[in-house]
Amino acid sequence: MRAARLYAPPAFSLRFVPVWRRHFLVWRKLAVPSILGNLADPLIMFFGLGYGLGAVIGTLEGTSYFAFLAGGFVASSTMYAASFEALYSAFSRMHVQKTWEAIVNAPMDLEDVLAGEWLWAATKAFAAGLAMLAVVAFLGFAAWPIAVFAVGAVALVGLAFAGAGLAVNALANGYDFFSYYFTLVLTPMMMLSGVFFPLGMLPQPVQALAQVLPLYHGIELVRPLLAGRAPEAALAHVAVLCAWALAGYYAATVLTRRRLLQ
Amino acid sequence: MNAALEIAALSARGLRKRYGASEVVRGVDLEIAPGECFGLLGPNGAGKTTTLRLCLGLTEPDAGEIRLLGLPVPARAREARRAVGVVPQFDSLDPDFTVAENLLVYGRYFGLRDGEIRGRIPRLLEFAGLAQRAGARISTLSGGMKRRLALARALVNEPQVLVLDEPTTGLDPQARHLVWERLRQLAQEGRTLVLTTHFMEEAERLCARVAIMDGGRIIAEGAPRALVAAHIEPEVLEVHGPGLGRWLGRARGLLARIERAGETAFCYADDVRPAIESLAAEPDLLYLHRPANLEDVFLKLTGRDLRD
Repeated sequence: MRAARLYAPPAFSLRFVPVWRRHFLVWRKLAVPSILGNLADPLIMFFGLGYGLGAVIGTLEGTSYFAFLAGGFVASSTMYAASFEALYSAFSRMHVQKTWEAIVNAPMDLEDVLAGEWLWAATKAFAAGLAMLAVVAFLGFAAWPIAVFAVGAVALVGLAFAGAGLAVNALANGYDFFSYYFTLVLTPMMMLSGVFFPLGMLPQPVQALAQVLPLYHGIELVRPLLAGRAPEAALAHVAVLCAWALAGYYAATVLTRRRLLQ
Repeated sequence: MNAALEIAALSARGLRKRYGASEVVRGVDLEIAPGECFGLLGPNGAGKTTTLRLCLGLTEPDAGEIRLLGLPVPARAREARRAVGVVPQFDSLDPDFTVAENLLVYGRYFGLRDGEIRGRIPRLLEFAGLAQRAGARISTLSGGMKRRLALARALVNEPQVLVLDEPTTGLDPQARHLVWERLRQLAQEGRTLVLTTHFMEEAERLCARVAIMDGGRIIAEGAPRALVAAHIEPEVLEVHGPGLGRWLGRARGLLARIERAGETAFCYADDVRPAIESLAAEPDLLYLHRPANLEDVFLKLTGRDLRD
Protein backbone atom coordinates (compact mmCIF):
# COMPACT_ATOMS: atom_id res chain seq x y z
CA MET A 1 0.00 0.00 0.00
CA ARG A 2 1.34 3.40 -0.90
CA ALA A 3 2.43 5.54 2.05
CA ALA A 4 -0.01 8.32 1.17
CA ARG A 5 -2.97 5.96 1.52
CA LEU A 6 -1.55 4.14 4.52
CA TYR A 7 -1.21 7.36 6.50
CA ALA A 8 -4.28 9.16 5.15
CA PRO A 9 -6.64 10.37 7.88
CA PRO A 10 -9.60 8.01 8.34
CA ALA A 11 -12.61 8.88 6.23
CA PHE A 12 -15.67 9.01 8.43
CA SER A 13 -19.01 7.72 7.20
CA LEU A 14 -22.34 6.81 8.74
CA ARG A 15 -21.72 3.32 7.41
CA PHE A 16 -20.31 2.58 10.87
CA VAL A 17 -23.92 2.41 12.14
CA PRO A 18 -24.72 -1.17 11.03
CA VAL A 19 -21.42 -2.34 12.55
CA TRP A 20 -22.26 -0.65 15.83
CA ARG A 21 -25.75 -2.16 15.70
CA ARG A 22 -24.30 -5.63 15.14
CA HIS A 23 -22.23 -5.34 18.31
CA PHE A 24 -25.18 -3.87 20.18
CA LEU A 25 -27.39 -6.79 19.17
CA VAL A 26 -24.82 -9.28 20.49
CA TRP A 27 -24.44 -7.31 23.71
CA ARG A 28 -28.22 -7.05 24.22
CA LYS A 29 -28.35 -10.82 24.50
CA LEU A 30 -25.83 -10.76 27.34
CA ALA A 31 -26.36 -7.28 28.75
CA VAL A 32 -27.05 -8.12 32.39
CA PRO A 33 -24.10 -10.50 32.99
CA SER A 34 -21.93 -8.12 30.97
CA ILE A 35 -22.72 -5.09 33.14
CA LEU A 36 -22.44 -7.11 36.34
CA GLY A 37 -19.09 -8.43 35.12
CA ASN A 38 -17.88 -4.91 34.45
CA LEU A 39 -19.02 -3.81 37.91
CA ALA A 40 -17.93 -6.73 40.05
CA ASP A 41 -14.18 -6.18 39.91
CA PRO A 42 -14.13 -2.44 40.61
CA LEU A 43 -16.79 -2.80 43.31
CA ILE A 44 -14.84 -5.47 45.17
CA MET A 45 -11.75 -3.26 45.08
CA PHE A 46 -13.79 -0.20 45.99
CA PHE A 47 -15.40 -1.74 49.07
CA GLY A 48 -12.29 -3.64 50.12
CA LEU A 49 -10.02 -0.62 49.97
CA GLY A 50 -12.71 1.77 51.17
CA TYR A 51 -13.44 -0.17 54.34
CA GLY A 52 -9.99 -1.55 54.97
CA LEU A 53 -7.61 1.23 54.04
CA GLY A 54 -10.27 3.84 54.70
CA ALA A 55 -10.23 2.86 58.40
CA VAL A 56 -6.47 3.46 58.54
CA ILE A 57 -6.40 6.61 56.43
CA GLY A 58 -9.44 8.40 57.79
CA THR A 59 -9.91 11.41 55.54
CA LEU A 60 -7.98 12.34 52.40
CA GLU A 61 -8.01 15.78 50.75
CA GLY A 62 -10.83 16.73 53.09
CA THR A 63 -13.15 13.84 52.23
CA SER A 64 -13.64 10.24 53.32
CA TYR A 65 -11.40 7.70 51.63
CA PHE A 66 -14.54 6.16 50.09
CA ALA A 67 -15.41 9.47 48.47
CA PHE A 68 -11.82 9.80 47.23
CA LEU A 69 -11.87 6.34 45.67
CA ALA A 70 -15.28 6.88 44.03
CA GLY A 71 -13.97 9.25 41.34
CA GLY A 72 -10.96 7.05 40.66
CA PHE A 73 -13.05 3.92 40.21
CA VAL A 74 -15.64 5.54 37.96
CA ALA A 75 -12.80 6.53 35.60
CA SER A 76 -10.77 3.33 35.89
CA SER A 77 -13.72 0.97 35.39
CA THR A 78 -14.51 2.92 32.21
CA MET A 79 -10.90 2.47 31.14
CA TYR A 80 -11.00 -1.29 31.71
CA ALA A 81 -14.32 -1.78 29.96
CA ALA A 82 -13.09 0.11 26.87
CA SER A 83 -9.83 -1.82 26.84
CA PHE A 84 -11.44 -5.24 27.17
CA GLU A 85 -13.81 -4.53 24.32
CA ALA A 86 -11.18 -2.99 22.02
CA LEU A 87 -8.70 -5.79 22.71
CA TYR A 88 -10.23 -9.19 23.44
CA SER A 89 -13.61 -8.69 21.79
CA ALA A 90 -12.34 -6.80 18.75
CA PHE A 91 -9.57 -9.35 18.28
CA SER A 92 -12.14 -12.16 18.28
CA ARG A 93 -14.11 -10.39 15.59
CA MET A 94 -11.04 -9.45 13.56
CA HIS A 95 -9.02 -12.63 13.80
CA VAL A 96 -11.00 -15.55 15.19
CA GLN A 97 -14.58 -15.18 13.95
CA LYS A 98 -13.61 -13.34 10.73
CA THR A 99 -16.47 -10.93 11.33
CA TRP A 100 -14.49 -8.03 9.88
CA GLU A 101 -13.70 -10.03 6.76
CA ALA A 102 -17.39 -10.79 6.24
CA ILE A 103 -18.26 -7.11 6.64
CA VAL A 104 -15.71 -5.81 4.13
CA ASN A 105 -17.03 -8.27 1.54
CA ALA A 106 -20.17 -6.13 1.63
CA PRO A 107 -20.00 -2.52 0.38
CA MET A 108 -18.17 -1.46 3.54
CA ASP A 109 -14.62 -0.20 4.02
CA LEU A 110 -12.23 -1.30 6.72
CA GLU A 111 -12.55 2.22 8.11
CA ASP A 112 -16.30 1.74 8.58
CA VAL A 113 -15.57 -1.42 10.56
CA LEU A 114 -12.98 0.40 12.69
CA ALA A 115 -15.23 3.37 13.35
CA GLY A 116 -17.96 0.95 14.42
CA GLU A 117 -15.52 -0.87 16.73
CA TRP A 118 -14.22 2.36 18.21
CA LEU A 119 -17.62 3.86 18.93
CA TRP A 120 -18.95 0.54 20.16
CA ALA A 121 -16.08 0.02 22.63
CA ALA A 122 -16.60 3.61 23.79
CA THR A 123 -20.34 2.94 24.17
CA LYS A 124 -19.78 -0.17 26.21
CA ALA A 125 -17.24 1.66 28.37
CA PHE A 126 -19.75 4.47 28.78
CA ALA A 127 -22.33 1.98 30.01
CA ALA A 128 -19.82 0.51 32.48
CA GLY A 129 -18.82 3.98 33.70
CA LEU A 130 -22.44 4.98 34.13
CA ALA A 131 -23.17 1.82 36.09
CA MET A 132 -20.27 2.60 38.44
CA LEU A 133 -21.44 6.21 38.66
CA ALA A 134 -24.91 5.00 39.60
CA VAL A 135 -23.47 2.83 42.36
CA VAL A 136 -21.35 5.60 43.90
CA ALA A 137 -24.28 8.02 43.58
CA PHE A 138 -26.51 5.50 45.33
CA LEU A 139 -23.94 5.33 48.13
CA GLY A 140 -24.11 9.10 48.41
CA PHE A 141 -20.76 10.01 46.83
CA ALA A 142 -22.13 12.16 44.02
CA ALA A 143 -23.13 15.78 44.60
CA TRP A 144 -25.91 16.60 42.16
CA PRO A 145 -26.42 18.48 39.94
CA ILE A 146 -22.72 19.22 39.23
CA ALA A 147 -21.95 15.48 39.26
CA VAL A 148 -23.98 15.09 36.08
CA PHE A 149 -21.04 16.53 34.12
CA ALA A 150 -19.05 13.44 35.10
CA VAL A 151 -21.11 11.63 32.46
CA GLY A 152 -19.30 13.64 29.76
CA ALA A 153 -15.91 12.86 31.30
CA VAL A 154 -16.76 9.17 31.33
CA ALA A 155 -17.62 9.33 27.61
CA LEU A 156 -14.24 10.91 26.83
CA VAL A 157 -12.32 8.35 28.88
CA GLY A 158 -14.13 5.60 26.95
CA LEU A 159 -13.23 7.11 23.57
CA ALA A 160 -9.59 7.59 24.58
CA PHE A 161 -9.07 4.00 25.75
CA ALA A 162 -11.11 2.51 22.92
CA GLY A 163 -8.82 4.23 20.38
CA ALA A 164 -5.63 3.18 22.16
CA GLY A 165 -6.95 -0.36 22.60
CA LEU A 166 -7.73 -0.76 18.90
CA ALA A 167 -4.22 0.41 18.03
CA VAL A 168 -2.81 -2.31 20.29
CA ASN A 169 -5.26 -4.81 18.81
CA ALA A 170 -3.84 -4.14 15.34
CA LEU A 171 -0.42 -5.25 16.60
CA ALA A 172 -1.56 -8.37 18.45
CA ASN A 173 -0.66 -11.88 17.35
CA GLY A 174 -2.86 -13.55 19.94
CA TYR A 175 -4.78 -13.02 23.16
CA ASP A 176 -1.61 -13.42 25.24
CA PHE A 177 -0.28 -10.20 23.78
CA PHE A 178 -2.98 -8.28 25.63
CA SER A 179 -1.81 -9.36 29.06
CA TYR A 180 1.33 -7.27 28.43
CA TYR A 181 -0.82 -4.25 27.76
CA PHE A 182 -2.88 -4.81 30.88
CA THR A 183 0.10 -5.59 33.10
CA LEU A 184 2.65 -3.15 31.73
CA VAL A 185 0.42 -0.25 30.69
CA LEU A 186 -2.96 -0.19 32.41
CA THR A 187 -1.95 -1.42 35.89
CA PRO A 188 0.91 1.11 36.22
CA MET A 189 -1.45 3.76 34.89
CA MET A 190 -3.84 2.97 37.75
CA MET A 191 -0.97 3.63 40.19
CA LEU A 192 0.20 6.81 38.48
CA SER A 193 -3.15 8.46 37.87
CA GLY A 194 -4.37 9.03 41.41
CA VAL A 195 -6.97 6.29 41.72
CA PHE A 196 -5.81 5.11 45.16
CA PHE A 197 -3.82 8.06 46.49
CA PRO A 198 -3.19 11.69 45.54
CA LEU A 199 -0.53 12.17 42.91
CA GLY A 200 1.33 14.64 45.14
CA MET A 201 2.70 11.69 47.14
CA LEU A 202 4.81 10.56 44.19
CA PRO A 203 8.27 11.97 43.23
CA GLN A 204 8.24 14.99 40.92
CA PRO A 205 9.44 13.23 37.72
CA VAL A 206 6.74 10.58 38.15
CA GLN A 207 4.13 13.28 38.60
CA ALA A 208 5.30 14.86 35.36
CA LEU A 209 4.87 11.51 33.59
CA ALA A 210 1.34 11.18 34.96
CA GLN A 211 0.42 14.46 33.25
CA VAL A 212 0.40 12.72 29.85
CA LEU A 213 -1.72 9.75 30.93
CA PRO A 214 -5.38 9.81 29.88
CA LEU A 215 -6.61 8.17 33.08
CA TYR A 216 -5.07 10.95 35.17
CA HIS A 217 -7.01 13.57 33.22
CA GLY A 218 -10.20 11.55 33.44
CA ILE A 219 -9.89 11.37 37.23
CA GLU A 220 -8.99 15.05 37.50
CA LEU A 221 -12.38 15.71 35.87
CA VAL A 222 -14.54 13.07 37.56
CA ARG A 223 -13.36 13.43 41.16
CA PRO A 224 -14.12 17.15 41.68
CA LEU A 225 -17.37 16.83 39.74
CA LEU A 226 -18.57 14.06 42.05
CA ALA A 227 -17.66 16.28 45.01
CA GLY A 228 -19.77 19.05 43.49
CA ARG A 229 -16.87 21.27 42.43
CA ALA A 230 -15.86 22.52 38.98
CA PRO A 231 -12.53 20.86 38.04
CA GLU A 232 -9.47 23.08 37.80
CA ALA A 233 -8.19 23.52 34.24
CA ALA A 234 -11.14 21.49 32.99
CA LEU A 235 -10.61 22.46 29.37
CA ALA A 236 -7.00 21.26 29.45
CA HIS A 237 -8.10 17.87 30.78
CA VAL A 238 -10.82 17.64 28.13
CA ALA A 239 -8.30 18.59 25.45
CA VAL A 240 -5.81 15.89 26.52
CA LEU A 241 -8.54 13.22 26.53
CA CYS A 242 -9.75 14.34 23.07
CA ALA A 243 -6.16 14.25 21.80
CA TRP A 244 -5.75 10.68 23.12
CA ALA A 245 -9.03 9.61 21.57
CA LEU A 246 -8.19 11.02 18.14
CA ALA A 247 -4.52 9.99 18.18
CA GLY A 248 -5.47 6.49 19.31
CA TYR A 249 -8.10 6.14 16.63
CA TYR A 250 -5.73 7.44 13.96
CA ALA A 251 -2.98 5.04 15.08
CA ALA A 252 -5.52 2.22 15.08
CA THR A 253 -6.54 3.12 11.53
CA VAL A 254 -2.99 3.18 10.17
CA LEU A 255 -1.90 0.02 11.98
CA THR A 256 -5.03 -1.90 10.97
CA ARG A 257 -4.65 -0.85 7.34
CA ARG A 258 -1.08 -2.06 7.47
CA ARG A 259 -2.20 -5.34 8.98
CA LEU A 260 -5.20 -6.13 6.78
CA LEU A 261 -5.04 -4.21 3.51
CA GLN A 262 -1.51 -5.00 2.40
CA MET B 1 -26.74 -5.59 -28.93
CA ASN B 2 -27.51 -4.08 -25.56
CA ALA B 3 -24.57 -1.94 -24.46
CA ALA B 4 -24.79 -3.22 -20.88
CA LEU B 5 -24.20 -6.77 -22.05
CA GLU B 6 -20.86 -5.82 -23.50
CA ILE B 7 -19.47 -4.78 -20.12
CA ALA B 8 -17.61 -7.69 -18.60
CA ALA B 9 -18.80 -8.76 -15.17
CA LEU B 10 -15.16 -8.87 -14.17
CA SER B 11 -12.04 -8.05 -16.09
CA ALA B 12 -8.46 -7.96 -14.92
CA ARG B 13 -5.29 -7.25 -16.82
CA GLY B 14 -1.70 -7.77 -15.78
CA LEU B 15 -2.46 -8.33 -12.08
CA ARG B 16 0.56 -8.62 -9.85
CA LYS B 17 0.81 -8.91 -6.08
CA ARG B 18 3.84 -9.42 -3.91
CA TYR B 19 3.91 -10.40 -0.24
CA GLY B 20 7.38 -9.92 1.15
CA ALA B 21 9.87 -11.86 -0.93
CA SER B 22 7.34 -13.93 -2.87
CA GLU B 23 5.19 -12.69 -5.72
CA VAL B 24 1.96 -14.67 -5.31
CA VAL B 25 0.16 -13.25 -8.35
CA ARG B 26 2.42 -12.85 -11.35
CA GLY B 27 0.57 -11.34 -14.28
CA VAL B 28 -3.02 -12.60 -14.29
CA ASP B 29 -5.56 -11.66 -16.98
CA LEU B 30 -9.25 -12.48 -16.60
CA GLU B 31 -12.30 -11.63 -18.66
CA ILE B 32 -15.60 -12.95 -17.32
CA ALA B 33 -18.82 -12.24 -19.20
CA PRO B 34 -22.14 -11.50 -17.50
CA GLY B 35 -24.01 -14.71 -16.74
CA GLU B 36 -20.93 -16.86 -17.13
CA CYS B 37 -19.92 -19.50 -14.60
CA PHE B 38 -16.17 -19.27 -14.34
CA GLY B 39 -13.87 -21.50 -12.29
CA LEU B 40 -10.42 -20.61 -11.05
CA LEU B 41 -8.54 -23.83 -10.38
CA GLY B 42 -5.20 -24.41 -8.83
CA PRO B 43 -3.30 -26.22 -6.12
CA ASN B 44 -2.96 -24.68 -2.67
CA GLY B 45 -0.84 -21.56 -2.84
CA ALA B 46 -1.45 -21.01 -6.55
CA GLY B 47 -2.74 -17.48 -5.89
CA LYS B 48 -6.48 -18.10 -6.35
CA THR B 49 -7.67 -16.47 -3.15
CA THR B 50 -5.32 -13.51 -3.56
CA THR B 51 -6.63 -13.04 -7.10
CA LEU B 52 -10.20 -12.94 -5.78
CA ARG B 53 -9.24 -10.50 -3.02
CA LEU B 54 -7.64 -8.24 -5.61
CA CYS B 55 -10.73 -8.40 -7.82
CA LEU B 56 -12.99 -7.47 -4.89
CA GLY B 57 -10.76 -4.54 -3.99
CA LEU B 58 -9.86 -5.97 -0.59
CA THR B 59 -6.18 -5.59 -1.24
CA GLU B 60 -4.28 -3.37 -3.66
CA PRO B 61 -2.45 -4.84 -6.64
CA ASP B 62 1.19 -3.90 -7.20
CA ALA B 63 0.38 -3.66 -10.90
CA GLY B 64 -2.55 -4.24 -13.20
CA GLU B 65 -6.05 -3.00 -13.91
CA ILE B 66 -9.32 -4.40 -12.61
CA ARG B 67 -12.93 -3.61 -13.47
CA LEU B 68 -15.75 -5.16 -11.51
CA LEU B 69 -19.17 -4.61 -13.13
CA GLY B 70 -17.58 -1.81 -15.14
CA LEU B 71 -16.20 0.06 -12.12
CA PRO B 72 -12.47 0.51 -11.54
CA VAL B 73 -11.08 -1.49 -8.61
CA PRO B 74 -9.87 -0.68 -5.99
CA ALA B 75 -10.85 2.98 -6.58
CA ARG B 76 -14.61 2.27 -6.71
CA ALA B 77 -14.61 -1.28 -5.37
CA ARG B 78 -16.98 -0.48 -2.54
CA GLU B 79 -19.64 0.71 -4.98
CA ALA B 80 -19.09 -2.31 -7.19
CA ARG B 81 -19.58 -4.67 -4.24
CA ARG B 82 -23.15 -3.43 -3.85
CA ALA B 83 -24.05 -5.86 -6.63
CA VAL B 84 -21.67 -8.64 -5.59
CA GLY B 85 -22.16 -11.49 -3.14
CA VAL B 86 -19.20 -13.26 -1.55
CA VAL B 87 -19.05 -16.71 -0.01
CA PRO B 88 -15.70 -16.77 1.79
CA GLN B 89 -13.52 -19.83 2.12
CA PHE B 90 -13.67 -19.81 5.90
CA ASP B 91 -16.93 -19.74 7.73
CA SER B 92 -17.54 -16.20 8.99
CA LEU B 93 -21.12 -16.51 10.19
CA ASP B 94 -21.91 -14.69 13.41
CA PRO B 95 -21.95 -17.37 16.13
CA ASP B 96 -23.86 -15.12 18.54
CA PHE B 97 -26.84 -14.80 16.21
CA THR B 98 -29.58 -17.05 14.98
CA VAL B 99 -29.83 -18.04 11.32
CA ALA B 100 -32.33 -15.25 10.54
CA GLU B 101 -30.38 -12.66 12.53
CA ASN B 102 -27.28 -13.47 10.49
CA LEU B 103 -29.18 -12.50 7.34
CA LEU B 104 -30.73 -9.40 8.90
CA VAL B 105 -27.45 -8.05 10.24
CA TYR B 106 -25.61 -8.76 6.99
CA GLY B 107 -28.28 -7.07 4.88
CA ARG B 108 -27.78 -3.88 6.88
CA TYR B 109 -24.19 -3.67 5.62
CA PHE B 110 -25.70 -3.13 2.16
CA GLY B 111 -27.74 -0.20 3.41
CA LEU B 112 -30.96 -2.21 3.17
CA ARG B 113 -33.81 -1.33 5.48
CA ASP B 114 -34.82 -3.90 8.08
CA GLY B 115 -38.29 -4.29 6.57
CA GLU B 116 -36.79 -4.96 3.15
CA ILE B 117 -34.41 -7.58 4.53
CA ARG B 118 -37.11 -9.26 6.61
CA GLY B 119 -39.17 -9.51 3.43
CA ARG B 120 -36.33 -11.40 1.73
CA ILE B 121 -35.43 -13.73 4.59
CA PRO B 122 -38.13 -16.42 4.06
CA ARG B 123 -37.16 -16.85 0.41
CA LEU B 124 -33.44 -16.95 1.25
CA LEU B 125 -34.02 -19.57 3.95
CA GLU B 126 -36.17 -21.57 1.57
CA PHE B 127 -33.40 -21.45 -1.03
CA ALA B 128 -30.84 -22.58 1.55
CA GLY B 129 -33.07 -25.39 2.82
CA LEU B 130 -33.14 -23.74 6.24
CA ALA B 131 -36.78 -22.64 6.38
CA GLN B 132 -37.33 -24.61 9.58
CA ARG B 133 -34.17 -23.26 11.16
CA ALA B 134 -34.75 -19.50 11.19
CA GLY B 135 -34.39 -19.31 14.97
CA ALA B 136 -31.59 -21.86 15.31
CA ARG B 137 -28.19 -20.96 16.72
CA ILE B 138 -25.24 -21.29 14.37
CA SER B 139 -23.52 -23.82 16.62
CA THR B 140 -26.41 -26.27 16.08
CA LEU B 141 -26.00 -26.29 12.28
CA SER B 142 -24.10 -28.92 10.31
CA GLY B 143 -21.23 -27.96 8.03
CA GLY B 144 -23.47 -28.17 4.98
CA MET B 145 -26.14 -25.98 6.59
CA LYS B 146 -23.54 -23.38 7.52
CA ARG B 147 -22.26 -23.29 3.96
CA ARG B 148 -25.79 -22.91 2.61
CA LEU B 149 -26.44 -20.11 5.09
CA ALA B 150 -23.22 -18.42 3.94
CA LEU B 151 -24.58 -18.73 0.40
CA ALA B 152 -27.96 -17.29 1.43
CA ARG B 153 -26.16 -14.45 3.19
CA ALA B 154 -24.24 -13.67 0.01
CA LEU B 155 -27.58 -13.37 -1.81
CA VAL B 156 -29.20 -10.94 0.62
CA ASN B 157 -28.43 -8.00 -1.70
CA GLU B 158 -29.67 -9.89 -4.80
CA PRO B 159 -26.23 -9.69 -6.43
CA GLN B 160 -25.43 -9.87 -10.14
CA VAL B 161 -22.06 -11.44 -9.45
CA LEU B 162 -21.40 -14.18 -6.92
CA VAL B 163 -17.84 -14.89 -5.83
CA LEU B 164 -17.29 -18.23 -4.08
CA ASP B 165 -13.97 -19.27 -2.60
CA GLU B 166 -13.91 -23.07 -2.42
CA PRO B 167 -17.66 -23.37 -1.84
CA THR B 168 -17.76 -27.10 -1.09
CA THR B 169 -14.46 -27.76 0.66
CA GLY B 170 -15.06 -29.91 3.72
CA LEU B 171 -18.62 -30.97 2.80
CA ASP B 172 -19.88 -34.52 2.50
CA PRO B 173 -21.18 -35.72 -0.90
CA GLN B 174 -24.85 -35.04 -0.12
CA ALA B 175 -24.15 -31.54 1.08
CA ARG B 176 -21.85 -30.91 -1.87
CA HIS B 177 -24.45 -31.99 -4.42
CA LEU B 178 -27.04 -29.75 -2.80
CA VAL B 179 -24.69 -26.75 -3.03
CA TRP B 180 -23.98 -27.57 -6.68
CA GLU B 181 -27.69 -27.75 -7.36
CA ARG B 182 -28.20 -24.31 -5.82
CA LEU B 183 -25.31 -22.84 -7.76
CA ARG B 184 -26.77 -24.18 -11.01
CA GLN B 185 -30.06 -22.57 -10.08
CA LEU B 186 -28.31 -19.23 -9.56
CA ALA B 187 -26.51 -19.56 -12.88
CA GLN B 188 -29.89 -20.29 -14.53
CA GLU B 189 -31.19 -17.04 -13.13
CA GLY B 190 -28.48 -15.30 -15.12
CA ARG B 191 -26.09 -14.46 -12.31
CA THR B 192 -22.36 -14.47 -12.92
CA LEU B 193 -20.55 -17.06 -10.82
CA VAL B 194 -16.86 -16.89 -10.12
CA LEU B 195 -15.57 -19.73 -8.01
CA THR B 196 -12.26 -21.14 -6.93
CA THR B 197 -11.89 -24.81 -6.29
CA HIS B 198 -9.41 -27.59 -6.25
CA PHE B 199 -12.11 -30.15 -6.98
CA MET B 200 -11.88 -30.75 -10.70
CA GLU B 201 -15.18 -32.56 -10.65
CA GLU B 202 -16.84 -29.46 -9.28
CA ALA B 203 -15.35 -27.29 -12.00
CA GLU B 204 -16.31 -29.76 -14.71
CA ARG B 205 -19.90 -29.93 -13.49
CA LEU B 206 -20.50 -26.25 -12.91
CA CYS B 207 -18.22 -24.10 -15.00
CA ALA B 208 -18.58 -23.18 -18.64
CA ARG B 209 -15.01 -22.00 -18.57
CA VAL B 210 -12.10 -22.58 -16.25
CA ALA B 211 -8.62 -21.18 -15.79
CA ILE B 212 -5.90 -23.27 -14.21
CA MET B 213 -3.54 -21.28 -12.02
CA ASP B 214 -0.17 -22.33 -10.76
CA GLY B 215 2.63 -20.31 -9.24
CA GLY B 216 0.66 -17.06 -9.56
CA ARG B 217 -0.01 -17.44 -13.30
CA ILE B 218 -2.83 -18.76 -15.44
CA ILE B 219 -1.30 -21.67 -17.31
CA ALA B 220 -4.37 -22.86 -19.22
CA GLU B 221 -7.84 -21.54 -19.90
CA GLY B 222 -10.95 -22.76 -21.71
CA ALA B 223 -14.05 -24.92 -21.51
CA PRO B 224 -13.38 -28.05 -19.41
CA ARG B 225 -13.90 -30.42 -22.35
CA ALA B 226 -11.82 -28.30 -24.68
CA LEU B 227 -9.00 -28.33 -22.15
CA VAL B 228 -9.18 -32.10 -21.88
CA ALA B 229 -9.17 -32.42 -25.68
CA ALA B 230 -6.29 -29.99 -26.08
CA HIS B 231 -4.00 -31.27 -23.38
CA ILE B 232 -4.59 -34.93 -22.92
CA GLU B 233 -5.38 -38.23 -24.64
CA PRO B 234 -9.05 -39.21 -24.24
CA GLU B 235 -8.59 -42.49 -22.33
CA VAL B 236 -6.82 -43.33 -19.12
CA LEU B 237 -5.73 -46.60 -17.58
CA GLU B 238 -4.65 -46.52 -13.95
CA VAL B 239 -2.58 -49.59 -13.16
CA HIS B 240 -1.03 -50.73 -9.89
CA GLY B 241 0.17 -53.94 -8.26
CA PRO B 242 3.16 -56.30 -8.29
CA GLY B 243 4.89 -56.64 -11.63
CA LEU B 244 3.98 -53.11 -12.71
CA GLY B 245 7.50 -52.36 -13.96
CA ARG B 246 7.62 -55.52 -16.03
CA TRP B 247 4.26 -54.81 -17.63
CA LEU B 248 5.17 -51.19 -18.37
CA GLY B 249 8.27 -52.40 -20.22
CA ARG B 250 6.07 -54.45 -22.53
CA ALA B 251 3.14 -52.04 -22.84
CA ARG B 252 5.08 -48.83 -23.42
CA GLY B 253 4.65 -49.06 -27.16
CA LEU B 254 0.84 -49.34 -26.82
CA LEU B 255 0.47 -46.09 -24.87
CA ALA B 256 0.89 -42.44 -25.81
CA ARG B 257 2.08 -41.30 -22.41
CA ILE B 258 2.76 -42.81 -18.98
CA GLU B 259 2.90 -40.92 -15.69
CA ARG B 260 4.33 -42.85 -12.78
CA ALA B 261 3.22 -41.78 -9.29
CA GLY B 262 4.65 -44.10 -6.66
CA GLU B 263 3.13 -47.55 -7.14
CA THR B 264 0.58 -46.40 -9.72
CA ALA B 265 1.02 -45.82 -13.44
CA PHE B 266 -1.36 -43.43 -15.21
CA CYS B 267 -1.40 -44.52 -18.83
CA TYR B 268 -2.87 -42.26 -21.50
CA ALA B 269 -3.80 -43.20 -25.06
CA ASP B 270 -6.37 -42.55 -27.78
CA ASP B 271 -7.37 -46.18 -27.42
CA VAL B 272 -6.27 -48.20 -24.40
CA ARG B 273 -7.88 -51.52 -25.47
CA PRO B 274 -4.60 -53.07 -26.69
CA ALA B 275 -3.01 -52.20 -23.35
CA ILE B 276 -5.93 -53.77 -21.47
CA GLU B 277 -5.53 -56.91 -23.55
CA SER B 278 -1.85 -57.04 -22.63
CA LEU B 279 -2.84 -56.86 -18.94
CA ALA B 280 -4.41 -60.33 -19.28
CA ALA B 281 -0.91 -61.78 -18.91
CA GLU B 282 -0.45 -59.98 -15.56
CA PRO B 283 -3.20 -61.34 -13.24
CA ASP B 284 -1.65 -59.58 -10.19
CA LEU B 285 -2.09 -56.09 -11.63
CA LEU B 286 -5.22 -54.10 -10.80
CA TYR B 287 -6.47 -51.50 -13.22
CA LEU B 288 -9.12 -48.84 -13.72
CA HIS B 289 -10.18 -47.78 -17.20
CA ARG B 290 -11.85 -44.38 -17.47
CA PRO B 291 -12.20 -41.37 -19.78
CA ALA B 292 -9.71 -38.54 -19.25
CA ASN B 293 -11.00 -35.65 -17.20
CA LEU B 294 -10.02 -32.20 -16.03
CA GLU B 295 -8.07 -33.65 -13.13
CA ASP B 296 -5.72 -35.35 -15.58
CA VAL B 297 -5.16 -32.03 -17.32
CA PHE B 298 -4.64 -30.33 -14.00
CA LEU B 299 -2.10 -32.89 -12.80
CA LYS B 300 -0.30 -32.86 -16.11
CA LEU B 301 0.02 -29.08 -16.04
CA THR B 302 0.71 -28.54 -12.35
CA GLY B 303 2.60 -31.75 -11.59
CA ARG B 304 1.95 -34.39 -8.94
CA ASP B 305 4.07 -32.89 -6.18
CA LEU B 306 2.41 -31.99 -2.91
CA ARG B 307 1.72 -28.28 -2.39
CA ASP B 308 1.52 -27.87 1.34
